Amino acid sequence: MHDSPDPGDRRDAVCVVGAGASGLTAVKNLLELGFQVDCYERETAVGGAWNWRHDRSPVYAGTHLISSRPLTEFPDFPMPDSWPDYPHHSQVLTYLERYSAHFGLGEHIWFGTEVVSAAPTGDGGWEVTTRSTGGGSSRTSRYAAVVVANGHNWDPRRPTIPGEFRGRLMHSSAYKDPAVLRGRKVLVIGGGNTGCDIAVEAAQQAGQVWHSTRRGYWYAPKYVLGRPADQVNGRLLRLRLPLRLRQWLYRRTVRLTTGDLTRFGLPAPDHQPYESHPIVNSQLPYYLGHGRITPVPDVTAFDDASVELADGRRIEPDLVITATGYRPRFEFLAPELLAADEHGRPDLHLHVFARQHPTLAVIGLLQPDSGVFPLAHWQSVAVARWLRLRLDDPARAAAVQQQESAKPLAAWSKRRVVKTDRHWFEVDHLDYLRSLESLLNEMEPAA
Amino acid sequence: MTGFDLLRLKDWTDPVPPAGREVASRLPEDDEGRPPVLFVPGLGHGAWAFAEHWLPHTAGRGFPAHVLGPRPGGDLRAQVHDVVQTAASLPRRAVLVGHGVGAHVVARALARYPARAAVLVAPVLDGWAAAGSALLANPGGTLPALFGGRLRVSARQLFGSGLPAERAAEYLERIAPRPRAELLRRAVPPRPVGAPPVLVVGSPDDRVVSRKALDRAAAAYSGAPLLFPGMGHDLMLEDSWAEPIDAILDWLRKQV
Ligand SMILES: Cc1cc2nc3c(=O)[nH]c(=O)nc-3n(C[C@H](O)[C@H](O)[C@H](O)COP(=O)(O)OP(=O)(O)OC[C@H]3O[C@@H](n4cnc5c(N)ncnc54)[C@H](O)[C@@H]3O)c2cc1C
Ligand SMILES: NC(=O)c1ccc[n+]([C@@H]2O[C@H](COP(=O)([O-])OP(=O)(O)OC[C@H]3O[C@@H](n4cnc5c(N)ncnc54)[C@H](OP(=O)(O)O)[C@@H]3O)[C@@H](O)[C@H]2O)c1
Repeated sequence: MHDSPDPGDRRDAVCVVGAGASGLTAVKNLLELGFQVDCYERETAVGGAWNWRHDRSPVYAGTHLISSRPLTEFPDFPMPDSWPDYPHHSQVLTYLERYSAHFGLGEHIWFGTEVVSAAPTGDGGWEVTTRSTGGGSSRTSRYAAVVVANGHNWDPRRPTIPGEFRGRLMHSSAYKDPAVLRGRKVLVIGGGNTGCDIAVEAAQQAGQVWHSTRRGYWYAPKYVLGRPADQVNGRLLRLRLPLRLRQWLYRRTVRLTTGDLTRFGLPAPDHQPYESHPIVNSQLPYYLGHGRITPVPDVTAFDDASVELADGRRIEPDLVITATGYRPRFEFLAPELLAADEHGRPDLHLHVFARQHPTLAVIGLLQPDSGVFPLAHWQSVAVARWLRLRLDDPARAAAVQQQESAKPLAAWSKRRVVKTDRHWFEVDHLDYLRSLESLLNEMEPAA
Repeated sequence: MTGFDLLRLKDWTDPVPPAGREVASRLPEDDEGRPPVLFVPGLGHGAWAFAEHWLPHTAGRGFPAHVLGPRPGGDLRAQVHDVVQTAASLPRRAVLVGHGVGAHVVARALARYPARAAVLVAPVLDGWAAAGSALLANPGGTLPALFGGRLRVSARQLFGSGLPAERAAEYLERIAPRPRAELLRRAVPPRPVGAPPVLVVGSPDDRVVSRKALDRAAAAYSGAPLLFPGMGHDLMLEDSWAEPIDAILDWLRKQV
């Protein structure tokens, strides 16, 4: 910093917001291409969501990965092969801490520092204002680019249910320990992976459990044919089987293994396999079959001690957990910078690049049918190479930008998915990686 | 050099099964923050080949030094997997040093792990050429192997004239090469990730890897080989073993 005229001017340096998995890989890949990097992290340690001590972490004591190890690890830093197929969240944190230490990322991260605003300066640069988390004086620095990796699983999407509820009501983000379930009568709302995990933990701990879902889903087991389900699915993709055939195989496999879940009172899925974000849970059907979980439809109202259901039934839980997911939130950026819609959902090229601001990018803002880390890695490689190309060869960079924006809608974004809020950034990891690969190849120096 | 490697369907659907790995380490007295060096032995050579001289010498010069024994029966893919697993288990970005076929393994591992730097010692990147040289230098020991029989190597193939005969015999005793057919091709090294500096080291008098093969290997990384005339293929076991490793470590100090 000493050679720049203004102590707040970081010239060609890049600012990274957040030191979760996405921020860490962004820092690593930017450093690798020779950038100076300042990463700001509001917590006092790395790991983001996987550091369950963090006040905004959505992870609970019993969380294990749903994507298996080979599909979850960074492509250039494998998890130990002696680890289980589906590591525990504490192992994922250890892995991220080791990644950070191995590549010496810590010295580039300012912990306990929150980014409160980032605004374009008009000449392609950025003015970033930071503050100690929870208060204190603020400080503004100039950067050449901003890479946002603030995560999207921390701002609860709370359902609006009419009426007052007398019992305890909490969103799954506040759920940490199954002890709160012990002996209670619990209603879990939401059929995402969180809702299903909590319903299972409640089946093991609570006195009575209702699980409310507003549609039928495909519940994938963690193992199929003796292998992790995503690895088996990968084999089908490797054989390049068409979607229709894969859907048929999926239905067959489910019929032969898990069986017909409508028998337990669940609604039949209102969509085909692969048309919603995968739910991976082997234990939910098990506890349904044991009568430990009672499936119920959508909740329509609260009425003092009771809860009214869409089929007119009333139940009386004493604890309601809404596992209704999370919303993206970028409180430090004006919505138009990311072309965000009225729900705050950004419209970005490849879910990464701000269309009007070539020096603004977001990492990890997508939901794949695989682990997130490999995608966040290649996004970061693409961003680092893009920023490098802009500096080294502005003419080529402009040509690449034109080429990219002229491309027809890519397969990954044409996917048929259930029309629901949470699917706006659902991607097929193979199609998505192919699009990134094509961008990376376009940015290669001409041979 | 090939481009990016995003779609790893093989690794995602059919991961290399874990195996116990033999790693021998020598650490410097004081940790001065230097990157760890991971040695990868070549065909038929165990961890001992580096443990003999280079491992302690490297630690003596301040670099944490490790050597990975090859997994029994492991194919190239499994060996690459083991190198990357071992490198990633070290506390800092590692320097990979491979010898012979071990250098081929390192060249591939470089596409899977952003090494701090890499050194390819007498690299066997071109299996056909190496087989050809072996046929010339030791037809009786090599020919049966091309038809699935046992491969026998001779002292003349691996060592220069400086190594006392009884030591050469003792080493030969411990060298049991079991080449796999997959080595018999000319490999184009994949592009390393993280753009590490790569040094090729060898001897013009190596009877396994020709001078031309050394030049070609170095050119693949836009460099020229560092040569130690008079030495045989097994530079780390020769009487003059200190010269190449000192040169390698001098180079390394300049890089990191
Ligand atoms: C229960 C659960 C289970 C999951 N299981 C899997 C799984 O099996 N496999 C998988 O791949 N993914 C899984 N995920 C998805 C998970 O979100 C990603 O794996 C990963 O954590 C995303 O990392 P990230 O860095 O993008 O976001 P985060 O981990 O949320 O990190 C964002 C970081 O940015 C910091 N930050 C935010 N705003 C600011 C600011 N203004 N200034 C400074 N710092 C800021 C935060 O403190 C945080 O450290 C799961 C998610 C949940 C909720
Ligand atoms: N073990 C794990 O690894 C693990 C565990 C938990 C979460 N995760 C990941 O974390 C992310 C978030 O998962 P999540 O389960 O917390 O959220 P989610 O995937 O967004 O699921 C939310 C669920 O709540 C339902 N819902 C939303 N709003 C509702 C409303 N107003 N009324 C009734 N139901 C409503 C949704 O139904 P619709 O189908 O109608 O949208 C959906 O079933 C996902 O990527 C998930 O894969 C992983």
